[in-house]
Amino acid sequence: MNASGAASLEVAAMSKRFGANIALADVAMRVPAGTLHALLGENGAGKSTLVKCIIGSYRADRGDVLLDGREVVINGPRAARALGLGMVYQHFTLVGGMTVAENMVMARPDIPAIVNWRAERRALEDFMARMPFRVPLDRRVSTLAAGQKQKVEILKLLYLGCRFLILDEPTAVLTPTEADEVLRFLRGLVAENKLTVLMITHKFREVTAYADAVTVLRRGKLAGAGAVRDLTPETMAAMMVGTTLAPARADREPARGQPTRLAIQALCATRDDGLLALREVSLSVGGGEIVGIAGVSGNGQRELVEVLAGQRRAAAGAIRIDDQPFRFTRAEIRRHGVRCLPEEPLANAGVARMTVAENLALRDFDAPPLAARGIWLDRTAMRAAARLRIADYAIRPPDPDAPLGSLSGGNVQRAILARELSGEVRVLIVANPCFGLDFTAAADIRARLMQARNHGVAVLLVSEDLDEIQELADRILVMAGGRIAYESSAAEADLAAIGMAMAAH
Amino acid sequence: MADLGIAGVALALFGGAIRASTPFLFVSLGECLTELSGRINLGLEGTLVCGAMSAYGAALLSGSPWLGVLAAALVGALLGALHAGLCSLARVNDIAVGIALMVLGTGLAFFFGKPLIQPRAPMLPALPLCPGCHFAPLRAALDINPLFLIGVALAFVLHWGLANTRPGLVLRTAGDSGAAARAMGYAPLLVRLWATMAGGALAGIGGAFLSLYYPGSWNEGLSSGQGLIAVALVIFARWRPLACLFASLLFGAAGALGPALQSIGVHQGTYLFNAAPYALTLAIMIATASPRGALAGAPAELAVTR
Repeated sequence: MNASGAASLEVAAMSKRFGANIALADVAMRVPAGTLHALLGENGAGKSTLVKCIIGSYRADRGDVLLDGREVVINGPRAARALGLGMVYQHFTLVGGMTVAENMVMARPDIPAIVNWRAERRALEDFMARMPFRVPLDRRVSTLAAGQKQKVEILKLLYLGCRFLILDEPTAVLTPTEADEVLRFLRGLVAENKLTVLMITHKFREVTAYADAVTVLRRGKLAGAGAVRDLTPETMAAMMVGTTLAPARADREPARGQPTRLAIQALCATRDDGLLALREVSLSVGGGEIVGIAGVSGNGQRELVEVLAGQRRAAAGAIRIDDQPFRFTRAEIRRHGVRCLPEEPLANAGVARMTVAENLALRDFDAPPLAARGIWLDRTAMRAAARLRIADYAIRPPDPDAPLGSLSGGNVQRAILARELSGEVRVLIVANPCFGLDFTAAADIRARLMQARNHGVAVLLVSEDLDEIQELADRILVMAGGRIAYESSAAEADLAAIGMAMAAH
Repeated sequence: MADLGIAGVALALFGGAIRASTPFLFVSLGECLTELSGRINLGLEGTLVCGAMSAYGAALLSGSPWLGVLAAALVGALLGALHAGLCSLARVNDIAVGIALMVLGTGLAFFFGKPLIQPRAPMLPALPLCPGCHFAPLRAALDINPLFLIGVALAFVLHWGLANTRPGLVLRTAGDSGAAARAMGYAPLLVRLWATMAGGALAGIGGAFLSLYYPGSWNEGLSSGQGLIAVALVIFARWRPLACLFASLLFGAAGALGPALQSIGVHQGTYLFNAAPYALTLAIMIATASPRGALAGAPAELAVTR
């Protein structure tokens, strides 16, 4: 807070190892003042380690940090903050039980022993008046949507006088619209020379649209850097993944027009707070078809998937599979081959403390061949079956005995998908399957979904990523305000109309 | 007294509520602080009994009941520090530690309290709010103990301090998100240590009230679970100090129901009336339970599994 205006940052020969694992090797990076710099790399490339070393959460084994050309030693978040360096973490560091105002004041390094709320409020309102975002100061943070929380995080750091802002995948939990809003806001601050931004991201679209320059890491090493205007997504992708090629887009076989398999009729459901989340939603999915549901998060998609996964009770309406009423018993699920890959699969579809093999067997552990007479489990068979799926889906580490919770997000996603796509699958419900995955992992999962469709599975894909829906879906639906607000075949879908429907609520 | 009828019951209930609510008040305020910092201390029952014993012993030795209160607070803080210290270790569950400390606290109190059962220690004085009253039941009901007044003032101070002071905000941050506290440069474990010590000290003072004011003696059946009820009371009060005050008064009144009815000659179902606070605890837990979702206002760091 000693100086105002954007700060420049330089990193030289940064190295860090965890035991035998080299996380960073001699990485250098230059971020001039008043620029928006993107840090690209696959999962596990060392991006998070690098910024944590800069911010002082980790102590680097070697390397220097230069702020405004002067060498600085940062040994923790407080020291970083005193220098005007701030970080927005992937997981929000807001206190959910407190109001926005309390959170903003709490972050100050010098909270007075007794807080004069009248003066603090006046200062906060003055500050907010100068910002393009409006966030209600008296709302409890736990009641805000993800996008609003992200904005509060950024506003908080700006309020603290942050001059260099690091963001760890700031748009991973945001919808495309929210992401654009946040990035445009940052871009504006950079353009006014108020702030320098270093942003970790997976998304080329965001890099090409908003960043000035980019640094690419691969396996802990500097893989390339340069101005965005000199680079194409293809060259950046090559830097990221090296010489290996990204898997090709899944081929779509022509639709065969199979009969309706999943039918939802006038489904209503309430949210946790008792408000209506689904208002008479009706839709149907046929075999060999992907129906994509687009929409801004918080318009009932989460509740819809929870009802379809048997996690939430419907208030009214019916779900029919193969024209029979469906009541989510294990026998029915097995008979109809209903599978689900929900959001946050580690929490919603896996048991973190059980091993990968056990998690992979959750659908069929109680039936032969894994269980003899339904009681004794054959752990050897379970492990053997797990090894096959691990190899098939390239799950890392390839160890059936590792606890599921120790795997990275992409590998958990793959493991759950491997389980859900095994055996006889007839209906598959998928929610945001590629959230937070790097693009190789995302392409792989999308290819699997397309493959399932080509094999005749009825796929209901709920996603906030419109690109994903456009790539995969045969029919596109838009959810807004708990209703289906738009429906069209993918071939005839009109982007402008979809956007209108998404924003209609 | 029997001719007073319902009015007599009401008066006895009022005086009894204030008397019986004081230990609830101190323990629940203490537990409220501890839980807001993100930790559950189920051992406060043990702390309460230990505080009662040490207060009685210290008052007996020094001749001053107020030194007894101080001793109880110190012992409570020490037990709190023990709880916090154990829970700071990785993979230690605060509920299990709390239950162990509950047994340890009562055991220690019984062991060291053996020689204290016979002698008479000096009692805390009462503040006669109506010394001129000629009507004995009214005078008795208005003999307020000073600890109750301190407890009431403390509830208001905590209510204000949690929203308006730095320690209050830091405490709530640590209780709601340890990660956020760390990101701001505060050490949640240290915050919880202080909060658990303060909670223990308050529970100790609650114990001092039991042995030095009402019932005003030391014996092994002194507490009968008040420390545990106070923990449940914090949940009922949704972690709000002022609500803790009202909840304590309500529970105190429930506890005073049996004696008040006895005073007008109702002797049937004494045990049933004495069970009123426990029945109330169950009833409130059921009434405030939610079939889905977590309780609103619960500190997010409170978790059964860690």
